[in-house]
Amino acid sequence: MSQAAGANVPQKSIDPKLFTWPSNKPRLLGSQCNNCGTTSFPAQASCPRCCSEDVETCELGTRGKLWSFTIQGFLPKSPPYAGTETLEDFKPFGVGYVEMPGQVRVVGRINVSSPEELAIGMDMELVFEPFRTDEDGTEIISYAFRPVA
Amino acid sequence: MTDVAIIGIGIHPFGRTDGVSGLEQGAFAVRQALKDCGMDWGDMQFAYGGSSAAGNADALVNQLGLTGLQFVNVANGCATGGSALQSAYMAIKSGMFDVGVAVGFDKHPRGAFAVEPEKMGLGKWYGDVGLALTTQFFAMKIQKYMHDYGITDDTLVKVAEKNYANGALCPHAWRKTALTYEQIAESPMISHPLRKYMFCSPAEGGCAIILASVEKAKQLTSHPLFLKAAVVRTRHFGSFEVFTQGQALDQAPSPSVDASQATFEMAGIGPKDIQVAQLQDTESGAEIMHMAENGFCADGDQEKWIQEGYTKIDGKLPVNTDGGCLANGEPVGASGLRQVYEVCVQLRGEGGERQVQNNPKVGYTHVYGAPGLSGCTVISR
Repeated sequence: MSQAAGANVPQKSIDPKLFTWPSNKPRLLGSQCNNCGTTSFPAQASCPRCCSEDVETCELGTRGKLWSFTIQGFLPKSPPYAGTETLEDFKPFGVGYVEMPGQVRVVGRINVSSPEELAIGMDMELVFEPFRTDEDGTEIISYAFRPVA
Repeated sequence: MTDVAIIGIGIHPFGRTDGVSGLEQGAFAVRQALKDCGMDWGDMQFAYGGSSAAGNADALVNQLGLTGLQFVNVANGCATGGSALQSAYMAIKSGMFDVGVAVGFDKHPRGAFAVEPEKMGLGKWYGDVGLALTTQFFAMKIQKYMHDYGITDDTLVKVAEKNYANGALCPHAWRKTALTYEQIAESPMISHPLRKYMFCSPAEGGCAIILASVEKAKQLTSHPLFLKAAVVRTRHFGSFEVFTQGQALDQAPSPSVDASQATFEMAGIGPKDIQVAQLQDTESGAEIMHMAENGFCADGDQEKWIQEGYTKIDGKLPVNTDGGCLANGEPVGASGLRQVYEVCVQLRGEGGERQVQNNPKVGYTHVYGAPGLSGCTVISR
């Protein structure tokens, strides 16, 4: 999904450093180390592997294989959780790591509610979509994964 | 260099003790340990103490006595107790002191540990979208492990069943009721594949261990135990830890592997020599993975080990004989010291109903936790 879907609704990224936004082809942002080649996520100012400060921001892939997963079965404590569900309408959500080939395994929510819909090694793709809506009607955009249809 | 002996052990029962502060539970444990070896607080030359949520450990002097001893507060995440013990070990080993105490206590509020992502450098978004939960990490680590090594859901249930059964035999345990297989297997799914009764909870408790040089110990007791090794290690780049946002493609072994290998090297023995072990069981899967990370079996062999009952009290390597974290809860400052306490009880043959029957001479402890560190010991008699 891109911002086109909500053309008339104001939208805002959940964190401007996390992915390119607004964009027709949004991408997650990581760091590429020019010293040892390691890719990290999210973008940071130095390399967690070799400590080099010679790193640059890079775009991550949008498809990869599911490395591991779980299903968040209960409403997370708020704060820090900012979702607007209640105990009554909470629906379990997936969480997993998706391996971006040659880059890094990225953690994120997965748009499924049941473990039967997931399997380690399956192909996943990235989606950008509203996570919640602010009081003033602004949609807060975050990223998630879903199984490739 | 001198060798290090354990001469006194004390514990305040774990669980919930309304009306008694964490600090008071720590003081209780120290008094028990002093009584155990017939010493006075005034004999203690130093103390290392820690608590994550119940105050500054050095405030214990207000209750135990303002004797002027060297008291150092220790804060090292979930390995705080293990780190206090390791510091005390070095204090004796160096020859600077010949008797002192390691103490830990805690009193956590009910419910899951509170997490503040920004304080951990994680970015507010991470907590906002519902990823800042330690339970997710443990679930995803065992999910991957079960996939790779053929561990079954049935085995997850059996580990929890064993630990609650052991807790039911242990006076200091919090949960003293054994749970049936069905109660565990049908409890609510918290974070697939882990269910409610497969997780430990934050709790309360206190524990104290008095160490002495072997020379000093021989003057005080005819049957000291020996702390043969005490090691703490932290994570390397690429090990899979709690709150990892981007996991490296090249996976490094966990800090438990490092700590365990260093511990066995220091003790001059191997995993096959261990007769009773306490391994971090934040949840059922953790105990299973830690059996291999600490060198007791190969990856995947746990399935057979658990199904055959090898880690039960009457098995060939009893694990978590006091019920572990599942039956005791996890007061962070005290948890690692409880494991040491339990091994000492077993080596002394004082375990009562939960006493292992192989007349153990060598035991092992392993504590692991956020943000990715492990502490291990070898204790012998």
